[in-house]
Amino acid sequence: MIPSIPRSRAMRVAYGAYVTAFFMWLALPLITVSVFAFNDSLFPSLPWEGFTWGWFFGDARPQIGLFHERRILASIGTSAFIATVVSALAVTVGTTNAFLFNRYSFRGRGFLYVLMLLPLVVPGIVLGISILVFSSRVAGVVQDVTGLYTEVLRPGLPLVIAGQFSFITTIATLVISARLIKFDRSLEEAALNLGAGPLTAIRTVTIPYLLPALVGAFVVSFLMSFENFNTTLMLVGSDAPLTITMFDRLKEGSTPVLNAVSLLLMLGSAVLALLMIAVQRR
Amino acid sequence: MSSKRLGFFLLLAPLVLWLGLLIILPHIDMAIVSLRTRVAPREYAPSLDNYAAFVTEPLYLFTFLRTAVMSILVTVITLIIAFPISYYIAKIAKGRSQAALFLMCLVPFWVSELVRTFGWIILLRETGVISGFLQWLGLADQPVEMLYNDAAMMLGLVYTSMLFMVVPLTTTLESLDDAVIEAGYDLGGTGPSVLREIVIPHAMPGIVSGCIVVFMLSLGNYLTPTMLGGKDSLWFTQLIYSQFIVRFNWELGAAFGFCLLFASSVIVWATLRLTGQTLERTMGEGS
Repeated sequence: MIPSIPRSRAMRVAYGAYVTAFFMWLALPLITVSVFAFNDSLFPSLPWEGFTWGWFFGDARPQIGLFHERRILASIGTSAFIATVVSALAVTVGTTNAFLFNRYSFRGRGFLYVLMLLPLVVPGIVLGISILVFSSRVAGVVQDVTGLYTEVLRPGLPLVIAGQFSFITTIATLVISARLIKFDRSLEEAALNLGAGPLTAIRTVTIPYLLPALVGAFVVSFLMSFENFNTTLMLVGSDAPLTITMFDRLKEGSTPVLNAVSLLLMLGSAVLALLMIAVQRR
Repeated sequence: MSSKRLGFFLLLAPLVLWLGLLIILPHIDMAIVSLRTRVAPREYAPSLDNYAAFVTEPLYLFTFLRTAVMSILVTVITLIIAFPISYYIAKIAKGRSQAALFLMCLVPFWVSELVRTFGWIILLRETGVISGFLQWLGLADQPVEMLYNDAAMMLGLVYTSMLFMVVPLTTTLESLDDAVIEAGYDLGGTGPSVLREIVIPHAMPGIVSGCIVVFMLSLGNYLTPTMLGGKDSLWFTQLIYSQFIVRFNWELGAAFGFCLLFASSVIVWATLRLTGQTLERTMGEGS
């Protein structure tokens, strides 16, 4: 079943047809969502009522476009804010983790490494509820002791950030570690021999080498945060990020404005993906 | 030497804070909450009532088993669909088309799961595209509802999980030398026997890591069963959600959370043991 082994024509055709069908199946829902963003109807469904840009730019009822929908715009802002904070934190801690596991051998290293992988094995909804339970216990204790009401520990942005950070950091660590392992330590030693201090050596030699992985980890973290649903659902307060807002809308029954948002998300993801490929190519 | 020690502790601190405050302590606290019951307002006594409720209430246990079985089914279907695709990308496609096909597999997963599910809703619902297409073909004389049943839910779960199977499979299959396959044929092997004796054993690490990730993602999924499943396709995560957010019974919800965590850990552990893999290797390959 490799090109150098002859196979029957029927077999080859059938295989090709299967692969084609698979990729059509893969593309089908995404194409459908995009096409119906331009349907001049109040529902994202058949019949086709004609082409319109209204679900993007419309500003009068019933066709209020995405760019005039305050709630959706606000939740995109919320998502972007959460994703930026989570990615920045995850890349920072991911970098220190990568250095720790790469540069030091210590007792309990293997155990800590497995522990570091665990957040990927825990279902997202369980991560969410465990953080919810723990933070409300801490908030309760703080209130009993000091009498202060701690807003930070109640469902809301800080908890969403904490919840997403708790598992995205593992992914950031893996991405950064994968590149750090391939780093040639003698380059750093050369810098040390030439009179650089250890921190200078890392800043001027190791970090530039790691840069593609750092950018990659940031982009992956950003996307994972932006798309996260399970963990966020359990920790969300009044400022809903985009996935939660869209979920609520979908349950109520939706207008094609959701298709417009989806198309925008696809374009955004594509731009980020291209950016990442461009950076890794360098 | 002491600056090296200082560096060590500075690097250790974020790891310990992260795992301690966001993973370990919350899970310990969740365990404590799941092992108590409310006897009066704001008064609790330790008890196993929540776990007893899980075992004795048929709805809970049934939903739990159903979720586990269906997640296994999703994993198997995903593996069967993905394997030929990964094999094609790794071994048959060459050069540019190989890279392009691989990238095409990744594209849908840069998009939110919500958008993918939304796409299937538009396709499958009564006023949807497939129903309309069937009527246009004359195969149906009235709108067909294909949404809100187990089949639609499985379709959504398989679709959502596909990437996590294709990527590790393709990676391991790529590392299989063509010469080994040729040797298999030269030594008298046939298609099926080469597949069984050479290709599948070589791809085992990829199969295991793909299966583990797909299984866990399906088991812990909330969105797809909620959007595509019907009234009868209750998923275990929906029970957890309703205990926490709707009923405000955190004790029972926490116990459910542990049951889910337990099921996912046991199956992951058993899969690793049966196939002789380790978590470190599996996760390393999977990412």
